[in-house]
Amino acid sequence: MLNFSKIKIILIYFSFIVISLFCYSNFSDSENIFLKKKINLGLDLQGGSYLLLEVDSTPLQNRQIQSKVIPLKKKLIEKKITYKNFKIKNNQISFNISQNDKEKFDNFFTDKNNDINTFLDKYRSFELEYNLVNNQIIIGLSKNGIINLNTSAVDQSIEIVRKRIDETGTKEPSIIKRGSNRILVELPGVKDPERIKELLGKTAQLSFRLVTDNKTEFGNEIFILTDTQEKISVSKRIILTGDNLIDANPKYDNINQEPIVAFTLNRLGSQRFGQATSKNIGKRIAIILDNEAISAPVIRDSITGGQGTISGNFTFQTATDLALLLRSGALPAPLSVVEERTVGPDLGQDSIDAGVLSLLIGFILVIAFMIVKYRFFGLVANISLISNLLMLIGFLTLLEATLTLPGIAGIILTVGMAVDANVLIFERIKEELNKNIGNNIQAFDLGFKRSVVTILDANITTLIASIILFIFGSGPVKGFAVTLSIGLITTLFSAYFISRHLTSIIVLKNKDKKLLI
Amino acid sequence: MKKLYNFNFVSKFKIANLASIFLTLISLILISFKGLNYGIDFKGGTLIELRVESDKITITDVRSAFSNMNLGDLNVKEFGKKGDYLIKFEKKEFNKNSNIKSIKGNVINKLGVDANFRRIENVGPKVSAELLNSGLLAIGLALGAMLFYIWVRFEWQFSLGSITAIFHDVLITLGIFSLLSLEVNLSIVAAVLTIVGYSMNDTVVIYDRIRENLSKYSSSTIEDISNTSINETLSRTIITSVTTLLALGSIFVLGGEILKGFSLAMIIGVIIGTYSSIFVASPILKYLKVSYKSIAKEEEKN
Repeated sequence: MLNFSKIKIILIYFSFIVISLFCYSNFSDSENIFLKKKINLGLDLQGGSYLLLEVDSTPLQNRQIQSKVIPLKKKLIEKKITYKNFKIKNNQISFNISQNDKEKFDNFFTDKNNDINTFLDKYRSFELEYNLVNNQIIIGLSKNGIINLNTSAVDQSIEIVRKRIDETGTKEPSIIKRGSNRILVELPGVKDPERIKELLGKTAQLSFRLVTDNKTEFGNEIFILTDTQEKISVSKRIILTGDNLIDANPKYDNINQEPIVAFTLNRLGSQRFGQATSKNIGKRIAIILDNEAISAPVIRDSITGGQGTISGNFTFQTATDLALLLRSGALPAPLSVVEERTVGPDLGQDSIDAGVLSLLIGFILVIAFMIVKYRFFGLVANISLISNLLMLIGFLTLLEATLTLPGIAGIILTVGMAVDANVLIFERIKEELNKNIGNNIQAFDLGFKRSVVTILDANITTLIASIILFIFGSGPVKGFAVTLSIGLITTLFSAYFISRHLTSIIVLKNKDKKLLI
Repeated sequence: MKKLYNFNFVSKFKIANLASIFLTLISLILISFKGLNYGIDFKGGTLIELRVESDKITITDVRSAFSNMNLGDLNVKEFGKKGDYLIKFEKKEFNKNSNIKSIKGNVINKLGVDANFRRIENVGPKVSAELLNSGLLAIGLALGAMLFYIWVRFEWQFSLGSITAIFHDVLITLGIFSLLSLEVNLSIVAAVLTIVGYSMNDTVVIYDRIRENLSKYSSSTIEDISNTSINETLSRTIITSVTTLLALGSIFVLGGEILKGFSLAMIIGVIIGTYSSIFVASPILKYLKVSYKSIAKEEEKN
């Protein structure tokens, strides 16, 4: 165990130096592919916001069920299935059919090629499912149907969330999908998470509809105008939606002395808006945003250029935000914050200071203890400890890992536990020396050999625990698992190669002298 | 050359085991009746770390600034430096009219001085339930994985011994947390998992030696072998515990308020883990009548 070939020595120190050198790139501004690698600071250290958003797909489920009503009725007639008591309630369609039609219904409803109940290849299941209770058929979304809706809502939302956050000028946000109905947003260094939460909390579904007291075939809805508190009756027929917008900007209206939002429509939108406004001069058009009527101006002229403005008691901030929301598009469903963790930048700095200080002190304490306990060989253990730490930081840089406050604790814990491998070896050697068999070389040889198995066993158990923590942990705690796992690996390397090699040099030079250990 | 240790550990096994059984039972009773003081991670709710840079403001002012806002159960305490407060309340979900922004405004208004909201954490009811479940699952899996590893590496008597030691350590650590009403949050789960790893590590070192000595001195009794093995590894056990505790102590004292609970749990766990590898894991081998023969038989079967 004490013989190292030249090749081996070169390999050991070469890999040590290469990995350790990565520590340096944390302090370098170079754009070099290697030097630009850096350890990322977690949100708890650099300050920032962690937001977990959940899509509430209930309105989507509602819409999806609604969209099935007309085609379903048509299909039932076409298949000559007589139905009674057709109702929609709680996202479910229900109706009664006769005993004889049950089989007919089942045949068409569970046919993979029917055009109402879509077969979702991805989930190998139908979008809808039905129950039969006393001749009453109750149709609702299946479990996978809901997941499918959630997933597509999340996919659409992610893009819009990204646009909205980018518009606020947040640097390097991370926006990722979590499960089937959640989006994880990490905003490093963000100063005003409240504004972003407000922006993300709005679906921003915009529609233009005519104000009318006449009953239309689409039905009417009553709104209360947010600016004047006036009660208006609005047709359910939608002239335009936010989808037809290609741009929106805050402007200042010099005539009425108030901030407004100016918008530009796409071609289709311009045509529709032009037709609707020219036909309805003198009438009022309501601007509905997320089920609130923000204003209802009188149409004075036909608007054919595809340009228009929205007013509604805006402040400059609300006009800016509305323009931003309209530019980035509407969310398919409301998003709510189900978990938030925000750390201010000064607390982050305090945490870094405390973490670094406790790392330094812990390190010095352990080094001092080892010197007192083992003198000369304590020095070997300490060199191995320092190389261990350098490699650990080098690895974290190489992997561009995220360092969190618990992650720093993981590094300190590694320092405390790393000497274990060395201690196991030294103690074993001491025992062999005590037995006074042969010379130093033999004692060291046996000591190393016998301790290797134990060191492996002992470290693998801790490694198992930290890998499980890595899989299940979230946020800062995950950072702990990362540093602890990498720390265990660098510990094995430094104990098995570096301290062994250093010890071998000492032993080979003092073959017969009594060694102080 | 220093002398090797030679304490008679085996003679203390009985009294130590009685103490362990007593402590484990007390811990179980505490955990099931007094319960654990779950933090917002597992219970849901909101946590705010507030810094007020004014000598005139007292903790009573801070408490009254947060009252009357329908925030549910409210808990305000001083946190680290003077002027730093940790405020926790039950309210889990916010809406348009009652949210962090309005709370901030209200509090600053009522305090009459500027306040720095250094940390805000809010965990909704669904997420907290999920976090608790995944935390429990992680601990369960870690225990299972340890059991499996030891079962592959050693004989079943050793698996049983080490798992008993781990349960002992985790239960007593949590029992102390329950007794002192210390907060159990995500970082405590991390601490418990690390304790599991550390305790296992410590036990494995002694077990390795016991197994080695069983084949070396095949005619000796398990008592003698346990005692020799514990003594032979004692120096290592102490040194590793000391260096680990030095590192953890450094985190506990200097690492800031956020790491206090985590490092305390680890310190308790390391002390109990060290104790249990000597006084819980080793006696079990004796009770299971492990001998050179029984080990050889097991090995033959495999």
